[in-house]
Amino acid sequence: MPFGLLKYGLSSEYPAQHHFTPAKELKRHYDVVIIGAGGHGTAIAYNLAKYHGITNVAVLEKSYLGGGNTARNTAVIRSNYLTEEGVSFYRESVKLYNNLSNEFNYNVMMESRGQLTLAHSDAAIRSFRWRAEVNQHMGVRSELIDRQAIAEMVPNLNMSEESRFPIMAGLWHADGATARHDAVAWGYAKGACDRGVELHQLTEVEDIEVTKGRVTGVKTNRGHIECGAVVQAVAGASSVVAKKAGIPLPIHCYPLQAMVTQPYKPVLTPHVSSPHVHVYVHQTSRGEFVIGGGSDPYPLYHTRATLDQRESLSAAAMELFPFLSQARMLRQWAGTTDMTPDYSPIMGLSPVENYYLDAGWGTWGFKATPICGVTMAELVATKRVPEIIKPFELERFYRYQQINEAGATAASH
Amino acid sequence: MKLLTCPLNGQRNISEFTYGGEYHPMPDPNTTNPRRWAEHVFFHDNAAGVVTEWWCHTASSFWFLAERNTITDQVIRTFDTSEIFNQRVDFVAPDIGSQS
Repeated sequence: MPFGLLKYGLSSEYPAQHHFTPAKELKRHYDVVIIGAGGHGTAIAYNLAKYHGITNVAVLEKSYLGGGNTARNTAVIRSNYLTEEGVSFYRESVKLYNNLSNEFNYNVMMESRGQLTLAHSDAAIRSFRWRAEVNQHMGVRSELIDRQAIAEMVPNLNMSEESRFPIMAGLWHADGATARHDAVAWGYAKGACDRGVELHQLTEVEDIEVTKGRVTGVKTNRGHIECGAVVQAVAGASSVVAKKAGIPLPIHCYPLQAMVTQPYKPVLTPHVSSPHVHVYVHQTSRGEFVIGGGSDPYPLYHTRATLDQRESLSAAAMELFPFLSQARMLRQWAGTTDMTPDYSPIMGLSPVENYYLDAGWGTWGFKATPICGVTMAELVATKRVPEIIKPFELERFYRYQQINEAGATAASH
Repeated sequence: MKLLTCPLNGQRNISEFTYGGEYHPMPDPNTTNPRRWAEHVFFHDNAAGVVTEWWCHTASSFWFLAERNTITDQVIRTFDTSEIFNQRVDFVAPDIGSQS
């Protein structure tokens, strides 16, 4: 309707549909305060509102919605881990991802193009065989494939036996996928706000009030809030926030760097990862090659990009895909990863009553977003720890019961 | 290229060094309990700000300490371990009963 458009253009009012809560004053009391409006925080709020009827919820974000590690990860979704605990947890997450666009009625651009992990040594083949067996037993599609199958699947991969680390075999994971990371946070936030949850951006938590071992409120840069429960979902700042509640965490923060090329025509279908040469590559639906997996060699709370990582990521990517030597780099960035000693998350109860942890998401947080929302919301609503996240409790470190996923993580540290 | 000054070898490219973790005093193995030991091994201060940490010059296997700002990535100073470890430490195995 051209006249409608003209009228709209000349009007002084622009009635726009708000996806999220417009900026407004904080209330004095919320039943639940969620710190961090990334994928995890908004997913928890969404599940609380939609499935548990808890809507007096504030999601506090010191910056803007989905602007932290939700925006900085490389959007890889997979469940081919090594331990039973890890595989069954991420398997549920992949299932939820597959239906997420329907769940929201909001397109998260889920693309199940599979994931291929490369072995360049006998030891890697042994561990892949182990992972494939565990995965298949747990109902996850993983299989060991040989050089010929790899060459057919990824014709432009450098299969030369003369290269520095020749490719010997691969772990093919048909359930591997990517999705648009921003849309995941937006979909959850919209669904939560539609049901009465309040999203407060530019609201930083300065202190957490604990009275007699129980959390009672938070102090923000916009005033004080009383609350019944607090969930922290602040990947990259977990230690700093937990310290305000007096909770020590077994976390070290390392920047993880990635970069992306200009868009090219589609030539690469699956996500290809090589833990040995420290790189993973996939081509987005827009055509850009995402090149990731470069962890800084020492801890840092800074998201600068370095030439060192650019050199090593480029060298590794070109070893796998020589044609990338001609590719032009569009940008390079970093995200702060909360690395735990066993490369598994820290979820569930904390030493402070009604203060719940959703932390230690290292390089595996994005893929866990939906299951995290479901399980953490159930925990907050029922005060019972769901079986599927029980193994990831903070207490495991005091009992020396780590869940070792170091070998199944793409980025090496 | 980022540089780090080794107290023994002088200024070198940081790629020659290995990060060795936060410096924090070890509990006495004879009097500690499993919980405190877990805290010593796994839990970290992970401070955003100036921290004291271990570094090793990989090529010469020389361990030293550094004060570094983890927000700005500025190394404030590096120093020899003798500044902190200025007397001999003897590790005595805890008494776990008589062995025949």
